[in-house]
Amino acid sequence: MTGAVSAGRLGVVSCHACGLVCQDTLPQASHHRPVAESEACGNGARGRSHQVICPRCGAPLHRRRPNSIARAWALLLAGLIFYIPANVLPVMYTSLLGSGSDNTIMQGVIEFWKSGSYGIALVIFIASVLVPCTKFVVLGVLFATSQRGSRWAMKERAKLYRMVELVGYWSMLDVLVVAVVAALVKFQGLSDIEPRIGILFFGMVVIMTMLSAMSFDPRLIWDGDTE
Amino acid sequence: MNDTTEARPQPGKPAIIRRRWGISLIWTVPIVAAAIGISMLVHAWLSEGPEITILFHTATGLEAGKTPVKYKDVTVGAVTAITLSKDGSHVKVKVALMQSAKSLTSKDSRFWVVRPRIGASGISGVDTLFSGAYIGVDKGQSEDTASEFTGLEMPPPVVGDMPGKSFILKSEDLGSLDIGSPVYYRRIQVGRVASYQLGESGQDIKLQIFIDAPYDRYVTTNTRFWNASGVDVSLGADGLKLKTQSVSTIVAGGVAFASPMGRQASPAPKDTEFTLNADQGAAMAPPDGEAQYIQLKFEQSLRGLSVGAPVQFSGVDLGHVVSINLDYDPVKHRFPTVVGVLVYPERMGRVLDKLPKLEGDNDKQAAVFMHAMVKQGLRAQARLGNILTGQLYIAMDFIPNAPKAEMDVNARPINLPTINGSFDRMQEQIANIVAKIEKMPLDSIARNLDATLVNLDNTLTQVNRQVLPQTAQTLQQTQRTMQEADETMQQARQTFGNVDSLLAEDAPLQQNLGQTLQEVQRTSRSLRVLTDLLGRHPESLLLGRPQEPSAVTTKPPAPTTKEESTK
Repeated sequence: MTGAVSAGRLGVVSCHACGLVCQDTLPQASHHRPVAESEACGNGARGRSHQVICPRCGAPLHRRRPNSIARAWALLLAGLIFYIPANVLPVMYTSLLGSGSDNTIMQGVIEFWKSGSYGIALVIFIASVLVPCTKFVVLGVLFATSQRGSRWAMKERAKLYRMVELVGYWSMLDVLVVAVVAALVKFQGLSDIEPRIGILFFGMVVIMTMLSAMSFDPRLIWDGDTE
Repeated sequence: MNDTTEARPQPGKPAIIRRRWGISLIWTVPIVAAAIGISMLVHAWLSEGPEITILFHTATGLEAGKTPVKYKDVTVGAVTAITLSKDGSHVKVKVALMQSAKSLTSKDSRFWVVRPRIGASGISGVDTLFSGAYIGVDKGQSEDTASEFTGLEMPPPVVGDMPGKSFILKSEDLGSLDIGSPVYYRRIQVGRVASYQLGESGQDIKLQIFIDAPYDRYVTTNTRFWNASGVDVSLGADGLKLKTQSVSTIVAGGVAFASPMGRQASPAPKDTEFTLNADQGAAMAPPDGEAQYIQLKFEQSLRGLSVGAPVQFSGVDLGHVVSINLDYDPVKHRFPTVVGVLVYPERMGRVLDKLPKLEGDNDKQAAVFMHAMVKQGLRAQARLGNILTGQLYIAMDFIPNAPKAEMDVNARPINLPTINGSFDRMQEQIANIVAKIEKMPLDSIARNLDATLVNLDNTLTQVNRQVLPQTAQTLQQTQRTMQEADETMQQARQTFGNVDSLLAEDAPLQQNLGQTLQEVQRTSRSLRVLTDLLGRHPESLLLGRPQEPSAVTTKPPAPTTKEESTK
């Protein structure tokens, strides 16, 4: 697809940390990069025994992030698992004049929707349900296609990845809201808001998906193209 | 380079193990996540308690998903759903209890809705004013569990594990008592009425009261309970008495108890049955002992006799009337009144010991004893207790000269002969008098009287017409006469004045009269001299005076005068 020559073909490798391009002295197994990478993620691990260090900054050199897809998958899965209790367990305890109740995310959304605050309901829904869900799907698609070295819609996938990274910053919105509100609304007896265990799981979901997206090496998207 | 790759699969073998290691290292993250998730699930599943259904009349204040269930103010569950029962008469409240609250599902656990309540005995549930209602639980004692409960409409005044004891009070009626009514001991509130229910026969009421520790030890086996409700006004020989407990008992009613002085008794065990007396006096009275039912048949109307009227024997209150019924006597065609009375022989006190001991059961003894007494003139009598109200009471007394009556010793119930009451006899006498009055020929008397009155009227008219004018004339004449008399009197007075003037000392008449009288005296003296002379010398009338007139005349007169004066 591209006429550009990849670093691998030129026999050079760039340092992840400082961007220095140096000669590829990494073990040969990884030479067959596209195949090797897509086979499994063993290369980096094998390379570890022959650690090659950046001559300038001393960071270990590797052609692709080691074990990238496996890590991404593992973290995504962890995120997915955490997403279940994040939704099932209450995230917030609100008490107004002594009558308190635990609320899960969906309960909150439904309550706001029913009471006519469609805007707030929508914001919460998008931030805590829609975004994480699409993130799961997008990341899943990205990982799966990259793993298989698919050549399908590579530019779009790269765009998707950038979008996921961007959205990642804002994924903690829910957690932030709960934290701020819980800290601010402390009127003994009159009104009280406390975080509940669900929000912790929600935070874990966000962290896991962010880590997952981070551990994914976007260059793998293009690896299918090299062959 | 490509060639070398093929040449190196061999050293890759050990790397596979490393690879696995590497894989498993990163895969621990989702495994840990899954473990956490599963542990949460397991925890949730384990803490999932039993689900129960509670029936309430109304779901006021209850909200599905929000209303908590609290035991000892700890949330042990929540309402998950509220539905109507099939027939729509109840509300079914589904409650998911926590695992730790499993013990609350025993069969006799009680559930109620705690909401703000204002009653005569106080305000409760204020804390729910803001927080909203919640369902309260009282843990039951039963081993069996249940999944369906009927909720109480009112919070129970006594909750399971409070220290104290409950007792049963038997009463004829509830009075103004209610659940939660206070129980007082020396006017300290020591407990409350927990529940009440009709006895199985429907003849009495069983009240369950709860006395808090440590006061429960003051309830002994001979403790007396009485209804301390309201105001007790009594008018006795020593004036008007007004007795109350606290103000709240006036409104809400209450129970009080005390033990008779000077008697040692052990604390009563739990659920002991006591009798709830109507008032303190009745409660503290000595025990009545066994009652003896006696039937009395009165031939008279017993207006004024009511159930509960006292039965007295020689002025001692022995019992009370329990029934008043009409009977029919087919022989005499009369409706006698049958009065049933309960007599407590124990009330006679120490006299009982002096009475002769008899054989047989109580009834037999009483019958034999009474038979003997009837022979001595014992009779029942309805007497007037209060002249103002006409209230009657039954007196059992020895009536002198009572008509003979037979008493069947073997009849049950015991039938005591009666005699008509004193008041009734008085009534009879009055009736007799009235009858006699009725027999009088009042009509003819009235007629005669009428005629007489007519005559009298005529006579009076006549008198008016004839006699009175004459009388008037007579009176005028009399007046005239009187005037004349008056004149006469005046004349007489003048005459008297004249006479008076005549008679005055310096009056000439007086003087003349004196002179005249002296003249008369002198005359009479000379006359006497003459008569003496004539007596001695009658011949002198013819012959004249004798010779020695002076000596002779002067000498003799003296004795003659004497003679005259003595005569």
